[in-house]
Amino acid sequence: MTPADRETAPSSPPGLEGDTALWVAGVSKTFRAGHRRVPALQNVSFRVRQGTVTGLIGPDGAGKTTLMRLAAGLMAPDSGTITILGKDATAQSMAVQSSIGYMPQRFGLYEDLTVQENLDLYADLQGVPEPARPARYRDLIHMAGLAPFTARLAGQLSGGMKQKLGLACALVRQPPLLLLDEPTVGVDPLSRRELWSIVYRLVREQGTGVLLSTAYLDEAERCDEVVLLHDGQFLEQGAPAALREPMRGRTYAVTAADVPTRSLQAVLAQAPGVLDALVQGDHIRLVMENDAPPDLGALLPGVKGAELAAVAPRFEDGFVALLKRRAGGETARRPVTAAAPRPAEPGRPVIEVNDLQRRFGSFYAVKGVTFAVSRGEVFGLLGANGAGKSTTFRMLCGLLPASGGNLRVAGVDLRYAAAAARARIGYMSQKFSLYANLSVAENLRFFSGAYGLSGTRGAGRMDWALEEFALAPMAESVSGDLSLGHKQQLALACALMHEPDILFLDEPTSGVDPLARRKFWSRINGLAETGVTVMVTTHFMEEAEYCDRLAIMAAGEILTMGTPAEVKGKARSSALPEPTMEDAFVGLIQTHARQGAAA
Amino acid sequence: MSGEIRPHRGGTAPPGSGKMRLRGLIRKEFLQIVRDPSSIAIAFLMPLVLLLLFGYGVSLDSEHIPLALVVEQPSADTASFTAAFHKSRYFRPSLFLDTRAAEEAMMAGRVNAVVVLRQDFARRLRQPDGAPIQLILNGVDANTAQIISGYVQGAWGKWLEQTALERGQSLRTPVRMEQRIWFNSELRSRNFLVPGLVAVIMTLIGALLTAMVMAREWERGTMEALLVTPLAMGEVILGKLIPYFILGMGGLALSVTMAIWLFDVPLRGSLWVLLAASALFLLTALGMGLLISTLTKSQFVAGQVAIIATFLPAFILSGFIFDINSMPGIVQTITHMVAARYYVAILQTLFLAGNEWSVILPNALALALLAVIFLGLTRKKARKRLE
Repeated sequence: MTPADRETAPSSPPGLEGDTALWVAGVSKTFRAGHRRVPALQNVSFRVRQGTVTGLIGPDGAGKTTLMRLAAGLMAPDSGTITILGKDATAQSMAVQSSIGYMPQRFGLYEDLTVQENLDLYADLQGVPEPARPARYRDLIHMAGLAPFTARLAGQLSGGMKQKLGLACALVRQPPLLLLDEPTVGVDPLSRRELWSIVYRLVREQGTGVLLSTAYLDEAERCDEVVLLHDGQFLEQGAPAALREPMRGRTYAVTAADVPTRSLQAVLAQAPGVLDALVQGDHIRLVMENDAPPDLGALLPGVKGAELAAVAPRFEDGFVALLKRRAGGETARRPVTAAAPRPAEPGRPVIEVNDLQRRFGSFYAVKGVTFAVSRGEVFGLLGANGAGKSTTFRMLCGLLPASGGNLRVAGVDLRYAAAAARARIGYMSQKFSLYANLSVAENLRFFSGAYGLSGTRGAGRMDWALEEFALAPMAESVSGDLSLGHKQQLALACALMHEPDILFLDEPTSGVDPLARRKFWSRINGLAETGVTVMVTTHFMEEAEYCDRLAIMAAGEILTMGTPAEVKGKARSSALPEPTMEDAFVGLIQTHARQGAAA
Repeated sequence: MSGEIRPHRGGTAPPGSGKMRLRGLIRKEFLQIVRDPSSIAIAFLMPLVLLLLFGYGVSLDSEHIPLALVVEQPSADTASFTAAFHKSRYFRPSLFLDTRAAEEAMMAGRVNAVVVLRQDFARRLRQPDGAPIQLILNGVDANTAQIISGYVQGAWGKWLEQTALERGQSLRTPVRMEQRIWFNSELRSRNFLVPGLVAVIMTLIGALLTAMVMAREWERGTMEALLVTPLAMGEVILGKLIPYFILGMGGLALSVTMAIWLFDVPLRGSLWVLLAASALFLLTALGMGLLISTLTKSQFVAGQVAIIATFLPAFILSGFIFDINSMPGIVQTITHMVAARYYVAILQTLFLAGNEWSVILPNALALALLAVIFLGLTRKKARKRLE
């Protein structure tokens, strides 16, 4: 869209600047679940300007998707109005739908149609005239990098390519406003970067207004403006810097040669004046409550050789500060002390994987993966959707037989004694695998029964779980009604009922708000300190930093393995002196793709 | 349609034409049908299997009925009587000398009927009252029992007649029955099963398949993306209606061709009337399918509801297999809500009787009414909203 076009746009309602593409005014929406009323949005107001990218930031359940659907005219608000390009999204939904591009969370692609057929369909639906199509298709296909795949079925594209095709379909008629609902979920970081560059090209070249929702806080920094949502409530709107900058001078990296990072974190998190303390590979990232320079002696009494270095603030620091202020100073509970686990076989790694393979037909989901995890270690598998993480996990849990290679878990060869190994494994899946219509106590009772705990031991573990995870007040609540954070606590409690030696966590904190994520990890750290071995899969760069060691996976292979610092170090160059985990990941994938092309 | 892209300037008229949007939707639907093995299976494979099954496998005719003949006192007359049963293609008789053994055979399911010739059979045969025979039937399957009873009476009557003729004497036969069977003179069950099956096949494509594919769009989230385009809800419905209407008529063509050429079912009425009535029924079935998926939006539930609300009634309550007039009153009332009942009536009339307008017209009217109700409800319930 050219600037001239924009001036001919319909006049805005009174009190609205001319460049407002989307105006949300006092919108509330409540859903009915059975006989309960669940408020999804409460009196939310903000605006999106033409030619900018506005990020709708918030954890899962914050109301992002509801807001997107309201804006797209797919739902009507209970109160308040949404105005898009001068038209009411509810009363004039047809006119609004004719002028926006919308990409729902599940892309809206037809998986049994080819890339070209999907584009044709959306061009027909959006009324793109035939003569204009060849040029438009060329642009879109080039932009999305889909040129070699136009005849491929959309269902056979990788996650990243699907997202780009979904975006191309939403853009087929150059809409002046683009609504993208979590376009980057589960996509590898390289595709994520490409997606962002496409979005920015649109904004810069055509003046498109973009509203993009995401649960990744690191993406907030890429937006021109962010709108923070939490529990259906509007928290703040502004440039990312406006949230980040007040934190300047309050963020530090702390190292102590003699103390393990996890113990260091546990102490710092409880120290007075500390807002936030996070394990970041080999150091602790410390955020103070105010600008006063921290006194290491007071923070870490009795610890020698601790060092403090100022680091740049991040968006997440500001968000955490905001959430903590809102929560009214409720401090994180002390890390858990789990009962000591049974001792592992001495001298052997707890998990040993050697040249592990898994084939589905002619497709290798996992090809030749080798690693070992020792007792009390937190080991991460980092990769995009489809990289082979979950397949590896299922084989480790004895849920899926391997096509080749060896794997021993807790000293047991899984080919012969999967059941014996399983008794010593705790597993928490991404979907939490809870019985939504059972109460909290019933879920706990079921899982302890499933692991053969009965009598006094079962009762004792029940009490432990309710006490330790602060679930006692909601013991009789139906689990389906719990907040995401509480569901996560309950799922972890269920996985720990039988005091496993090894804990498998599949995407444990994706979409959970930063405070709940911190609480979760402090618990995991506590478990690791007592000797529980923890394996985590994640596509969340942040989470990788909490691991002792990690392996980056792509297309069924391990690209690199090491401590977070080592992995990041591999991407260090003169142009990039302080690479992030994402930089390292993107660099590795690019090198791998080049090698693949050369081979 | 204008020659340039004008995406966002004023006006409420959506860009592009309804024709272009509809064309896009229909093309998409056909591509999906061709590529989805489950659609192919429901649209082509299941009709084929049903036709072959009902054409060859299921027969409501009774032949080679296992029958026990109890002859308490053998004589020339009883020998002639049993010979008559042995010759008949309807019976596979076995001889017993006392009733108890025959009853045991019936209990064990080895025979379906017992015919008893008493000790005094030969003597009473020549008396004015004639000799009665006793017929014991397995009444578990009432239909078959009726048929066997008829066959036995027929065989008995024939034998009496023949015996009289041979001896040149007149025996007393109770009543002479002259049977004349209309419409399906060979009494082939295939002749009314195969036309009735057309209704089941059209229900399969029109209601079950359509409900599933529409629900699939909701489940996979593609409907959400479709709704946020300048499509009108009427276009979304037409976009499903047209492809599956064509597919359903294809199912009709397949069934009618197989009925006439493979199973030798006569088509005595007009092919055009058949096509018109089928189109009407198909619209009703599509209306039911679309209404179900508009109300449930989950493939699993839509499939279950479609089977219970459309497919099973088309099988059981349509008069396709079970005669509606012999159902209990309340069930007969319920069948008035089953669209397939009207269509089966038209089908059986067209195939076996001809263009009998007194049957076709009222049934067609009922179908038209149902089509308007279901499609109208769908249009009313389907909104461009997710709520």
